Amino acid sequence: MNVVDNKWIGQRTIRPDGVDKVTGRAAFAADTTMPGMIWGKVLRSPHPHARIKSINTAKAEALPGVKAVVTSRDVVDFSIEKGAVMLGIQDMRWMCRNVMARDKALFPGHPVAAVAATTEAIAAEACKLIEVDYEVLPWAIEIDDALRDNAPILHEWHKVDGKPSNVMSRLEVKKGDIAQGFKDAEIVIERSFTTRPVHQGYIEPHACLISVAADGNTTIWSSSQGQFMVRAMTSMLTGIPQSDIRAIPAEIGGGFGGKTIVYLEPLATLLARKSGRPVKMVMTREEVMRATGPTSGSKSTVKIGAKKDGTIVAAHGAFYLQAGAFPGSPIRGAVGCSFAPYDIPHVLSEGFDVCSNRSKVAAYRAPGAPIGAYAVECVLDELAERLKMDPLELRLKNAAKQGTKAAHGPVFPRIGYIETLEAAKSHPHYAAPLGKLQGRGVASGFWFNAGGESSAQVNITEDGNVVVTTGHPDIGGSRAGIANICAELLGIDYNRISVIIGDTQTVGFSNLTGGSRVLFASAMVVTQAADKVIATLRERAAKIWEIDPEAVKWENGAAHPVSPNAGEFKPLTLADLAEKAPSQGGPIGASVQLNTQGAEGGFGTHICDVEVDAELGIVRVIRYTAVQDVGRAVHPSYVEGQLQGGVAQGIGWALNEEYIYNRDGKVDNPGFLDYRMPVCSDLPMLDTVLVEVPNPKHPQGIKGVGEVPLVPVMAAVANAVHNALGRRFYSLPMSPPKVSAELDTPAELAAE
Amino acid sequence: MAKLHVSTSVNGEPMEFLCEPYETMLDALRGQLGLTGSKEGCSSGDCGACSITLDGRLVCSCLMLAAEAEGHEIRTIEGMAKGGQLHPLQQKFLEHAALQCGICTSGMLVASEALLAKNSNPTEEEVRFWLAGNLCRCTGYDKIVRAVMETAAEMREARP
Repeated sequence: MNVVDNKWIGQRTIRPDGVDKVTGRAAFAADTTMPGMIWGKVLRSPHPHARIKSINTAKAEALPGVKAVVTSRDVVDFSIEKGAVMLGIQDMRWMCRNVMARDKALFPGHPVAAVAATTEAIAAEACKLIEVDYEVLPWAIEIDDALRDNAPILHEWHKVDGKPSNVMSRLEVKKGDIAQGFKDAEIVIERSFTTRPVHQGYIEPHACLISVAADGNTTIWSSSQGQFMVRAMTSMLTGIPQSDIRAIPAEIGGGFGGKTIVYLEPLATLLARKSGRPVKMVMTREEVMRATGPTSGSKSTVKIGAKKDGTIVAAHGAFYLQAGAFPGSPIRGAVGCSFAPYDIPHVLSEGFDVCSNRSKVAAYRAPGAPIGAYAVECVLDELAERLKMDPLELRLKNAAKQGTKAAHGPVFPRIGYIETLEAAKSHPHYAAPLGKLQGRGVASGFWFNAGGESSAQVNITEDGNVVVTTGHPDIGGSRAGIANICAELLGIDYNRISVIIGDTQTVGFSNLTGGSRVLFASAMVVTQAADKVIATLRERAAKIWEIDPEAVKWENGAAHPVSPNAGEFKPLTLADLAEKAPSQGGPIGASVQLNTQGAEGGFGTHICDVEVDAELGIVRVIRYTAVQDVGRAVHPSYVEGQLQGGVAQGIGWALNEEYIYNRDGKVDNPGFLDYRMPVCSDLPMLDTVLVEVPNPKHPQGIKGVGEVPLVPVMAAVANAVHNALGRRFYSLPMSPPKVSAELDTPAELAAE
Repeated sequence: MAKLHVSTSVNGEPMEFLCEPYETMLDALRGQLGLTGSKEGCSSGDCGACSITLDGRLVCSCLMLAAEAEGHEIRTIEGMAKGGQLHPLQQKFLEHAALQCGICTSGMLVASEALLAKNSNPTEEEVRFWLAGNLCRCTGYDKIVRAVMETAAEMREARP
C-alpha cells in the first residue's frame, strides 16, 4: 500500500546530522582520541609478487617507544584447504591474507607487519627496522599478462583443466540459444572494449581507533559501510567473540562500496591487545590508493544481433574482470546487469574472475554493472547508427517491461524502464541544438538493488518526542529519509524526530550499507516499528477513555475516537500519552528486525553532451541529464544528489581516472594530483529527472537509487564523443593523450 | 629535538601550542588544538578538505607548517557560525543538500566564504574555478555551486 497524500515524504527537509556537518562538529573516523592512545603503522610490501621467507621484528621491538609489533602469525588463519568461510560475499580465506600477507606478498602495498608506538613518527621508524627476506617472483598486472601461457601464477593451488591458472572462476547466465539467435539476425555487431581500474575515491582515508581491555572487551571506533561487518570480520580475524566487540560507527567520509571490507581494524585490535593501549591507525592517501579498492579493470567482448527493423534477437557478452590479488571481482554485476534492460530471446552472458598482482578489488557503486553497460550500450549505439534508428527508439523497441524474463533469472514486475526512455526522449535536452565538435550520446543501465537484514528501534521519549535507531551507516542522507518517513507515519513534525545510527551492541543486526539497500530496508523496519508504537498509543488512549482500542484512531500525531459513536473525547497527543506512560503501562517503544524482501531492480537512462577540444584532446561534458526510475523520492534532494554524484564519478571513469603502473609493477599515480577525479570546474550542472514508479512490494514504494546512476555514464559519454568526432573509442579513459592520438590518426586508418 | 612554541590567533581567540618543526598546521589544529573540523584527505594540497584562512587568505593547512602560524590569524570551520547562528553559507548548504557524506564540507564552506569575501557576485564559472581545489566525490558539485551562488545573491540583497 502506498502512501499518496504525504506531508513529509517527498519534502526537502534539513537532514538530522546536517548542522554537525556544516560546523565541523561531526566526528569522522580520524576525529577521536582516547586516553593513553598510541599510533599504529603498517609495513607494506614494495614488491608486486614475492615469497616471504622470513620476517625479523627484533630491531623494531627494541626501538624506544614501540609497544607492539604484529605479523601474520598473530592473525587467525583460514587455511585454503579447509574451504570457503563466507561472510556475505567475502571469503575469510582471502580476507585474512589481504589484511596481512602470509606466505606471499601479492601486490605492492600488501601489509606484511604492523607496529604500534607512542608516536606516529616512531611507528613509521620502527617499520623501517623490520627485516623481511623476500624472494621476488615474476608478476602479472594486466589481464592479458595474467591470462597468457606461462603467466606468473598467484595461487598455485588453483587449477583449471589440471593446470595452474589465474582465472579463478567463471559465471554465466543464459536464456534461449544464442547460436539460433545469431542465425536469425540480419545485422550482427561485435566489439571489444577495455576499461582501467578506478578507485572509489572517497575523500576520507580509512581510519580507526581501537581499545582492548584486559578482559578482552573491545571498543572499535571506525568508519565503514557496516559496523556489524567490522565486528564480524575483526572477530573472525582476531578470535575475540562478537559479544565482546562494540563497533561504533563513526561518520563516514564516503565509501561507494570501498568501505565494505576491513583493512585496519583487525591489525589495530591485535596491536591494542598486545600493547594494552588504545591504538589509532589512519591511512595516508598513498596507502588508500595502493592497498584499498579499486574496482576492476576489464576487457569485454559484446556481440549483438538484430533484425533490420531493430528487434534484437541475440546477445553475447564475455566480461573479463580483474580481481586483484584474491578472487572476487564483481563479475555478477557485469554478467547479470548488462543485458537486463532489454527483452532479448537469446542471451549468453559470461564473466571471468582474473587474479593479478594488484590490490584486491572492493565493491564500487553497482559493482561490475558499469563495465558491462559500457560495452553493451556502445554496441547498441553502433547498431542504432547502422539501422539509421534513433538510439532511444532502438532501446524503446527492445525495452524490458513487466513480464520480461531477465537472463539472470527474475521475471520483472511493474518496472519503470520505458518511462525513463520516454522521459529522456521528450526532455528538451534531447532536442537541443549542438555546435561544432559537440556531440550527444545516450545510454541506459540497470542495477539489481538489494534487501536483506535490518533492525530498527522507535522509542518515544518522556517528553513525547521520538528517537529512531537504525543500524546502517548513513552515507548520503539516509537519516533524513528515515525521519521523513517516521514523521509521516506518526503524524508529527519532522523536527521532533531524532535519527541515530546505533553501534553493534545497542541495535539489532543490520547488514551493510550497500546494494542501494539502506532506505529500502530501513523504511520497512521503521514502518513496522512505528506501526507497533501507534498500536500501543491507541491502546493507551483506549484505556484512558475506557473504550475499545479498535474505536481509537491515530491521526495528526494524536489519538482520536474513530467516530462520535465511540464517544466524545479530547484528542490525546503523543506528548499527553508520553506523560501518562508511567501510570498507563510503562515506556512506549518498539523494535523490529527483518530480513527484508522485495527490493526491485532500478533503471536509468542518461543523455550526455560533450565538446571536444581538438587541439588539446580534452573532452568536456557540457550538458548532462540523468533520468531514473527511483520508485519513491522520499527526500528528493538526496535522491537527486545520488544521481548527480554517480554521474560525476562516471564522467571521471570515462575521461580521466585510471591506475597507471610503472615498470616495477607499482602504481605510479597514488595521489589526487595524478589520479585525476573530476573537480568543480570540470563539470556542468547535472540535471536529473526523477521518474516515480512505486515498488509494489514496499510500504512507501521505495526502490534503491544510489548505484544505478553510475551504470550508464561511461557509455553515454563515449557515445557522445563518437557523435562529436565520428570516431569510436573502445578503451577508457578517453583522456587527452588518447584523444589527441586518435585525432592525429587519419580517419581511413582509424577505421580498423 | 626541541619543540617550538607558537603564539597565534585561531577564530579570534589567542592560542598557544607546542609543535615539532615538521608538523603541519593541520596536525596542530587536529591534534594540539583539538579542532577536528578541518579534515585530512590527502596531505598534499590536492583535496582542500583542510582549507583554512591565514590572515584572510585561503590556504591548505596541510601545506603550512604549524610554526608558520606564529603571529598570524587563523580561521577554521569552527569559527564560521557566530554564537550558535549559522553563517548564511552553512544554512544554504543545508537547505540545498549540498553535502552528502560531509567530509569535504568544512573545506568547501571555508573556501566558499573566502570567495564571497573577495567577490560578492561570482559567476558560475568563477565559483567552479575557485572551488576547483576542493574535491567532493559525493555530490557532483551541482548543489554546492547552487548553494554558493544563492548565498551570494541573498547576502548582496541583505546588504544596505
